[in-house]
Amino acid sequence: MANQILVSAEKCVGCKICVGACNFGAITMQERPEHPKKQPIAVIDLNKCVFCGACVDACKFKAIEMKKDAPREGVDKSKYRGVWVYAEQRHGEISSVVYELLNEGARLAKQLEVPLSAVLIGSDIKAKAQDLIERGADKVYIFDDPVFIEFQDDPYASILTRLIEQEKPEIILMGATNIGRSFASRVAARIQTGLTADCTSLDVDLQNRNLLQTRPAFGGNIMATILTPNHRPQMATVRHKVFKEAKVEKGRKGEVIENKVDVSTLVNRTKFLGFIKDSSAHVNLADADIIVSGGRGLGKAEGFKLIEEFAELLGGAVGSSRAAVDSDWIPYSHQVGQTGRTVAPKVYIACGISGQIQHMVGMGSSDTIIAINKDATCPMMQTATYALEGDLYEIIPRIISEIKKSRCAV
Amino acid sequence: MNIIVCIKQVPNTTNVQIDHETGRLKREGVESIINPFDEYAIEEGVRLKERTGGKCIVVTMGPPQAESALREAISRGVDEAVLVSDRAFGGADTLATSYALSSAIKQLGDYSVILCGKQATDGDTAQVGPGIAEMLNIPHIAYVKKIEDINDKSMKVERMMEDGYDLIESPAPCLLTVVKEINNPRVPSLKGKMAAKKAVIKTFNAPSINADEKRIGLNGSPTQVMKIFTPPQRTGGEKFSGDAQQQAAALVKKMSDIGII
Repeated sequence: MANQILVSAEKCVGCKICVGACNFGAITMQERPEHPKKQPIAVIDLNKCVFCGACVDACKFKAIEMKKDAPREGVDKSKYRGVWVYAEQRHGEISSVVYELLNEGARLAKQLEVPLSAVLIGSDIKAKAQDLIERGADKVYIFDDPVFIEFQDDPYASILTRLIEQEKPEIILMGATNIGRSFASRVAARIQTGLTADCTSLDVDLQNRNLLQTRPAFGGNIMATILTPNHRPQMATVRHKVFKEAKVEKGRKGEVIENKVDVSTLVNRTKFLGFIKDSSAHVNLADADIIVSGGRGLGKAEGFKLIEEFAELLGGAVGSSRAAVDSDWIPYSHQVGQTGRTVAPKVYIACGISGQIQHMVGMGSSDTIIAINKDATCPMMQTATYALEGDLYEIIPRIISEIKKSRCAV
Repeated sequence: MNIIVCIKQVPNTTNVQIDHETGRLKREGVESIINPFDEYAIEEGVRLKERTGGKCIVVTMGPPQAESALREAISRGVDEAVLVSDRAFGGADTLATSYALSSAIKQLGDYSVILCGKQATDGDTAQVGPGIAEMLNIPHIAYVKKIEDINDKSMKVERMMEDGYDLIESPAPCLLTVVKEINNPRVPSLKGKMAAKKAVIKTFNAPSINADEKRIGLNGSPTQVMKIFTPPQRTGGEKFSGDAQQQAAALVKKMSDIGII
């Protein structure tokens, strides 16, 4: 049985409201010369329709009828209980997104009346378990073995899959980091469950214990709330900086479960050969609370010295627009936007960036945007929380000296 | 050494606009393009083929119109193109898409590497590449910024991370998802355009890839869209005036008021 969606030939008046209501471009109008009033009729392309029901709601003439399948065969949901956070570590340090997830995970676990657990995979990592407990984890599963010293998808996916099959959690949250997004996909595919990428808001429907996962799509132009109604666990990767970090509760007690790892049973096809640190400073855009970005308006590569100085003073990271990367003024690893990184810092300072849509989708959800630009009419200046008009080479040095002055005064 | 490149046709987001009255995407006049990240995958596939010999095959899943994306890939040097298209695939989430594409790839014979863009610009999930690898039971490496070494037995690649890059070796076949830094895509050549016009596109429907109907389309998708809405629009804020010094001072005061400094 497939889902069905039908347009009633009698009720449709050809008003086209549904065409505009469809976010997937699935509805077109077809001429109906045989119609007494020659009104066209809406035709739904089933290749594109996702049965979201937006057109059904939009139609004022009740001309669209949708029949969704009865819930598909899934899993026995009652066997799955508990909220998990994957405690991502890199080079032995817990990623800050984990503390954010523990905060949100604790809220969801409390609503569902289940424990919150953290899963820690690494080498020589046991000491970190107490950190996770003090940030709200009731239980910590540890896999500590030299094979996990560096992240590789195969062994990490193997071990996490095994633990999921054994313990059956109902929700698993992971950071939407390079690591999280890479192996979460693999784990979800192996256990055949739903995974929602890059969520920016979460909630639960207590009636059916479904996780309501809200995420941006089409470069942040629309938001979608996604469910995994018939499968468990419900997996989601979550963006950095959308939740506050859990507070530390010193001396908090929890259960630590150390699992033995039989390395010989792990799939491990790739080989880690080495790590090369990005030599340009201030590059960790995901972790930064403040990002100072430079664009075409800098006019030259040396302009980034000023941007770096500004970022350094604020303890922030250095970003850039695509134009600056394409001009070879700064490495690609700094690029913010559609073909670079998506960031959402507390403060984004755009210096000489006009704000083309491809850039805006990469930083538009920042809390505060400060724009410095010669052109007051450019999109960045129009959307910024604070807009400063003028030559950035005149304004930024003055901001820097004002900040220094204000700090001396304190 | 045969290379498979997976691509997706997406709406050109440069033109995507919101109708503020209805809160919906304006679709009229929005052209379809090859997902920008997939252009790097295509280019890398063609370069590998030129270097090592063999064939480069491009695969996409989508409605019949997606054929134009495949023809464009051929104009950029790809040898063969496969369209995976069936009404039964409609409404697929990343899991069902991974299943359909992996089932199609199983029909294509031996290959040493599969290349994907790191994510598509409409969904932004980055999940289909690793999902395909899992279903084909081959390793994958995501966020690849350089292929240092590759032959039909193994490959050595640089994986971009937040703080630098990792050097990883994998046996072939392996699936790689690539980032923009990996290359500069070429523009289609005249010869390529001619080839694209003449090319016969192979089409697979659900039965021809032996797809299990429970695992494709909406039926095979554990995730469901519950609702779609428009985020509140950011409206412009405060515009400072005065000379550089006055604006700088005003901003610093503001920054200290809201606790940034």
